[in-house]
Amino acid sequence: MEIIGERINGMFTDIKQAIIDGNPEPVAAWAVKQTQLGAAWLDINIGAAATDPSKAFKFLIEAAQGAVDTPLALDSTNYDLIEEGLALCKHPALINSCHADRHKIERVFPMAIKYNASIIGLAMSEESGIPKSSDVRVGLAMELVAAADEFGLPMENLYIDPLILPVNVAQDHFIEALETLRQVKLMADPSPKTTCGLSNVSQRCANRNLINRTALVLLMGAGLDSAIANPADTDLMDAAATARVLLNKEIYCDSYADLFKSARHTIH
Amino acid sequence: MPYLTEKSSGSISTVVLGATKENGGTRGYTLTIGGQNSLPFQNYEGVDPHRAVIAAEILDIEPVSWPDELKKAWGGVLGDPAAWAKKAVEGGADMVYIKLLSADPDNGGRSANDCAETVRAVLEAVPCPVAVQGCGVDEIDKGVISKVAEAFAGENLLLGLAGQENYATVTAACMVHKHTLISSSPLDINICKQINILISEMNMPMNRVVIDPSIGGLGYGLEYSYSVMERGRIGSLQGDKMLAMPVIGFIGSEAWKAKEAQAHESDFPKWGSEAERGVLWETITATSLLQAGIDILVMRHPDAINIVKAQIEALSQPVTAA
Repeated sequence: MEIIGERINGMFTDIKQAIIDGNPEPVAAWAVKQTQLGAAWLDINIGAAATDPSKAFKFLIEAAQGAVDTPLALDSTNYDLIEEGLALCKHPALINSCHADRHKIERVFPMAIKYNASIIGLAMSEESGIPKSSDVRVGLAMELVAAADEFGLPMENLYIDPLILPVNVAQDHFIEALETLRQVKLMADPSPKTTCGLSNVSQRCANRNLINRTALVLLMGAGLDSAIANPADTDLMDAAATARVLLNKEIYCDSYADLFKSARHTIH
Repeated sequence: MPYLTEKSSGSISTVVLGATKENGGTRGYTLTIGGQNSLPFQNYEGVDPHRAVIAAEILDIEPVSWPDELKKAWGGVLGDPAAWAKKAVEGGADMVYIKLLSADPDNGGRSANDCAETVRAVLEAVPCPVAVQGCGVDEIDKGVISKVAEAFAGENLLLGLAGQENYATVTAACMVHKHTLISSSPLDINICKQINILISEMNMPMNRVVIDPSIGGLGYGLEYSYSVMERGRIGSLQGDKMLAMPVIGFIGSEAWKAKEAQAHESDFPKWGSEAERGVLWETITATSLLQAGIDILVMRHPDAINIVKAQIEALSQPVTAA
């Protein structure tokens, strides 16, 4: 289970302020903290407010890379911005994200190959929006899997996101996401990886952490390999570590939970 | 039709045994083990860059209880560790593994200083990397291993055994005096991993750790030890860093325990000549575990050593995908 640390995002006020002030310290601190807690990737998102997106993105990338060797997930809908970011990354990055539309695939897959990056592929298109049924999601995921084959992206560098919606507004979607994961893992050998924006599931709900970790365990049982989540949520991380052991993905030892919550990348 | 191969996300750490003069030791050569990112001998799927090595087991006391065939094979050197080590290396062993059994009160209880002198004599007699373990009594071994580590600082000995009770002492001695250590667990992959975590938390570099998962000889738990070793190796190749170290196994001592390896033909006429049987018992134990990923085979009979060495050579030839 690769946790993609979600905390370096301009939607959080401390990161927003850091972008405005040009102060790398809060960014570096979150890069270090999330890495220490076991994050496999660090999501980088400038949020909505940046007046100069290109400058803000560069600032966040450099602040994070100055603190840790953890690879970055470049989170933007602006592909030119992502391409500028890829050129700055010291370690192969993760592009967050690409819809299953042909024109987006043609823009994103070649740049992923050029920079040896991975891609989060969303099981949706502009036309479909977020489909209700798993069948449609699986069909769109297949477009992305076929594109990986076509463009020469190694299958393990493709992370399919089955799409998670808040349980209080779209309660019937979650089981569709579970079924999508099961089908995606059967699409190729080696299979594509899978990921999701976990905390979406609990937007505007009570008991957010409880919902998040219960969802994570269910998703892992259906084939989830990674999640954009908060590694500082200790209960979430413990649940993920335990699910890994129970799913026989990790050999048990008494310290298995602590091991999962320890750094896997170098901190400078 | 493309040839389908398995790709691994993890790899085994690369461990160097021994140190030459340039690196603070006195060895004539070093040995490198580990570094694989594929299952054993599947070099068409990944790299298997370093061959398994054979360490001849040397005791610092005369092995009176050893089967006659083993004693005969070594002739007059038993009881003289330096001469024994020299003969073993000249006979084909890649390195030697000394067990300081004389430190045990039941075997005379020699002092840590005296034990270190034995190690010195062996180091002077052979150019190869040397492994040293104590007598198996934790309290005594703490002193013996600490003394040996200090006396031969920089030599990059392979020191053991670091188990659940004494790992801290052995690890500290190896870290301070620049040796490699053997992390030992009782045929239990969970404990194996746990000890490695504890050792790693002491900041021991994991490229200076070799795992002893314990083995059983042919007919006495070989299948179970094979499964444990294989499970650890597969887990490592899937990215489990706390198991991703080269593996050592005590082939000779386990194989020769078997009644089938020792019994005389006169008592069991249908079993055939004990001269061949014991050697084959040790050989089969060794070659089976080669397939599970063993990197250092600690062996007893010189003929078995040479048969297994030839096997390793043959199995290591490049394989081309069909």
